[in-house]
Amino acid sequence: MIVEIGAFCLILSLILSVAQVGLSVFGRIRRSAVFYGAGEGAAGAAFLMVLIAFAALMYAFVTSDFSVANVAANSHSAKPLLYKVAGVWGSHEGSMLLWCLALTGFGAIVALMARGLPAAMKSVVVASQGSLGVLFLAYTVFASNPFVRLLQPPVEGRSLNPLLQDPALAFHPPFLYGGYVGFSIVFSFAIAALVEGRVDAAWARWVRPWSLAAWSLLTVGITLGAFWAYYELGWGGWWFWDPVENASFMPWLIGTALLHSAVVTEKRGALSGWTVFLALGAFTFSMLGAFLVRSGVLTSVHAFAVDPKRGILLLTILGLAAGAGFGLFAWRAPKLAPGGLFAPISREGALVINNLVLSAATVTVLLGTLYPLIKEALTGQSLSVGTPYFNLTFAPLMSLAFLVLPVGPLLSWKRGDGLGALQRLWAAAGVAVAIALLVVWVQKPTHVAAAVGMGLGVWLIVGVFVEIAERIHLGRASSAEVRRRLGGLPRGAWGMSLAHAGLGVFALGACFETAWKIEAAQALSINQSITVGAYQVRLSDVVAANGPNYIAERGLVTVTKNAKPVCEAKPERRFYPANSQTTSEVALCLEGLDDVYLVMGERRAGSEGQPAWLVRAYWNPLARLIFLGPLLMALGGAVSLSDRRLRFAAPRRAVEGSGRPVPAQ
Amino acid sequence: MKRLGLLGWLLVAVLSMGAAADPSERLANPALEARAKALFPQIRCMVCQNESIDDSQADLAADLRKIVREKVAAGRSDSEVRTYLVQRYGEYVMLKPACSLTNAALWVTPFAIVFLGLFAFFGLKRSSLVQGQETALTLEEQALLTKLRAVEGE
Repeated sequence: MIVEIGAFCLILSLILSVAQVGLSVFGRIRRSAVFYGAGEGAAGAAFLMVLIAFAALMYAFVTSDFSVANVAANSHSAKPLLYKVAGVWGSHEGSMLLWCLALTGFGAIVALMARGLPAAMKSVVVASQGSLGVLFLAYTVFASNPFVRLLQPPVEGRSLNPLLQDPALAFHPPFLYGGYVGFSIVFSFAIAALVEGRVDAAWARWVRPWSLAAWSLLTVGITLGAFWAYYELGWGGWWFWDPVENASFMPWLIGTALLHSAVVTEKRGALSGWTVFLALGAFTFSMLGAFLVRSGVLTSVHAFAVDPKRGILLLTILGLAAGAGFGLFAWRAPKLAPGGLFAPISREGALVINNLVLSAATVTVLLGTLYPLIKEALTGQSLSVGTPYFNLTFAPLMSLAFLVLPVGPLLSWKRGDGLGALQRLWAAAGVAVAIALLVVWVQKPTHVAAAVGMGLGVWLIVGVFVEIAERIHLGRASSAEVRRRLGGLPRGAWGMSLAHAGLGVFALGACFETAWKIEAAQALSINQSITVGAYQVRLSDVVAANGPNYIAERGLVTVTKNAKPVCEAKPERRFYPANSQTTSEVALCLEGLDDVYLVMGERRAGSEGQPAWLVRAYWNPLARLIFLGPLLMALGGAVSLSDRRLRFAAPRRAVEGSGRPVPAQ
Repeated sequence: MKRLGLLGWLLVAVLSMGAAADPSERLANPALEARAKALFPQIRCMVCQNESIDDSQADLAADLRKIVREKVAAGRSDSEVRTYLVQRYGEYVMLKPACSLTNAALWVTPFAIVFLGLFAFFGLKRSSLVQGQETALTLEEQALLTKLRAVEGE
């Protein structure tokens, strides 16, 4: 019964979304507050219906109702509760429902909570968001309905892929989808700007919090995904330039470009057309990602159960939404007022270079992802584009961006003093070059790329401190003045500093880990040990450790460094009978920021016939920085978001405030 | 002190490099093993979903690792090993697409965008924006500026 309520509510939400579009458009034509309000109400109701549908599906998963096809295919009665809940979005159908939930949810927030937005513009945003809702809800209802019942329900479900039964993965889709779909609001704002023919500072101020929120969520989602890959796939890799990873990375890159160009549009009124273009692009790449992941055109580690028919439908949705958006852009963008002028060496100029590099990087990732398809279609030859390609293209592009990054915030708007900015950065440059040279000197020229990368990481981090020191007039003003200025720094500035430093932290960790990780592997009998880096890894015992839906061999491993104990680790090798699949449960020993990474392998006969287990041990130096850096970036986004200037109702209040006389102090 | 710490790390790293994966597959000669190991990340495990033979635990990956190790042990150069694999399995086996004329679009586009973009930005900016060409402030802007200055002066 509850499942039928869910199915009914899902259909109802589709109808409500159609109403949302109709009412808002009609209201906009008539400029009628009643219809505006009705459209907004429909948006709220549509969200409520999807929420009920989502809860109903979750209920079916939690109660293991195998008469629902989706539950039977993706759940199992013996699965822990957490993964029953996560199973809701672990399948194609369920994840589309999550997508719709986020889409209507964000639409409802704008419709019901964005009170300061001009009514006409708001109605276009609501209508556009409603149209996206119609497309994706119709797709979910007609082509991937999660509530389809089975005529003959099985006794037991087929369970979720055991690799996906993991906390980091259980929580990463909500973040990821929040990010992907968060860009839909930015898309709708861009549509509204084009329809209304108005892109100004106020518009940019509305777009920025949404792009910041979406970008931060996406950052967390991607980081959790990378962390999952790091410890779940069992060889310590965290980024594979896999099509699915690329699919999430492209909206992130465009979103990052958007964040920066929106600043220029907000502060200086310039680049407005470009900002609108990026706002359309971010969600277009989100949709492209959905298509790539679900259509099966590309092979990937993470691909969903694929279906060409669904692929074509998703491609149609992508074509309709992006086509409408960019068509409108081509028609209306030339009418947008040109913004403020600026010299090439200026804050704006630096942000233009940022956008240029990020766009080129996005095209690189897109090309690397799609080139095998294009080539095969044109010549019939298949080829692979893998990590080596991205190391040779993407990495140099990003290095250029890193090189320019610390200079940007030190330049003033309109016309900057490039030489002055560089003079202020001499300390940062000195430290960075010293680190890079040190690394080359110690390592001989074998790891030049890593040395450059680490130098750039240091350059970014020290650059951030230089920038803060400049802002608070450190060394130029009295200490009281410095403290006053430090306290008066807006949260937006802290957010930017955190994000930029996070990028540096990431670069340091990534280069260090990639260049200097050490691996060792040996078939170990009980009480034998191997050495990895400075660590001794001893297999103390192997015990049986059976879980609710798996059987496992658990190694009890003692890690010591200079005869001092570091940790007791328990890597497992699990067998999931429901999927007849073996997985290894990695054990991580965190020491400082390094990881000792342990994997239990298969059982083998030892040298004297006694049982032995293939134990792999990796020393991943500074590996935690790889994940800490992006989390700092996301935190920076959140801190910026909490800046009073960016709160939803703030623009109106600011306008009201400026009219009042300032009381004398 | 911090640098000494870094130095220590790096030294540890240098000294223990070359420990490779599954011991039953490993070559006895560490120099040859290191060369083989450097080739693995460039070669695709063709039955896997986008994994190199360095990462994959599939049987085919183990076979390919064996072939590479044998060729390296037999004294073949890196490029000879690559050529052999491409002849036998097609271009698909290499994760790094060949830098050939047919793949020019793939290799050139990323850099072309940046160079053209920079050229357009700096080139066009210079010609269209002569310094000091900005329009004068309107009366309203002038009034606002005076007001703001007055507020700041307090």
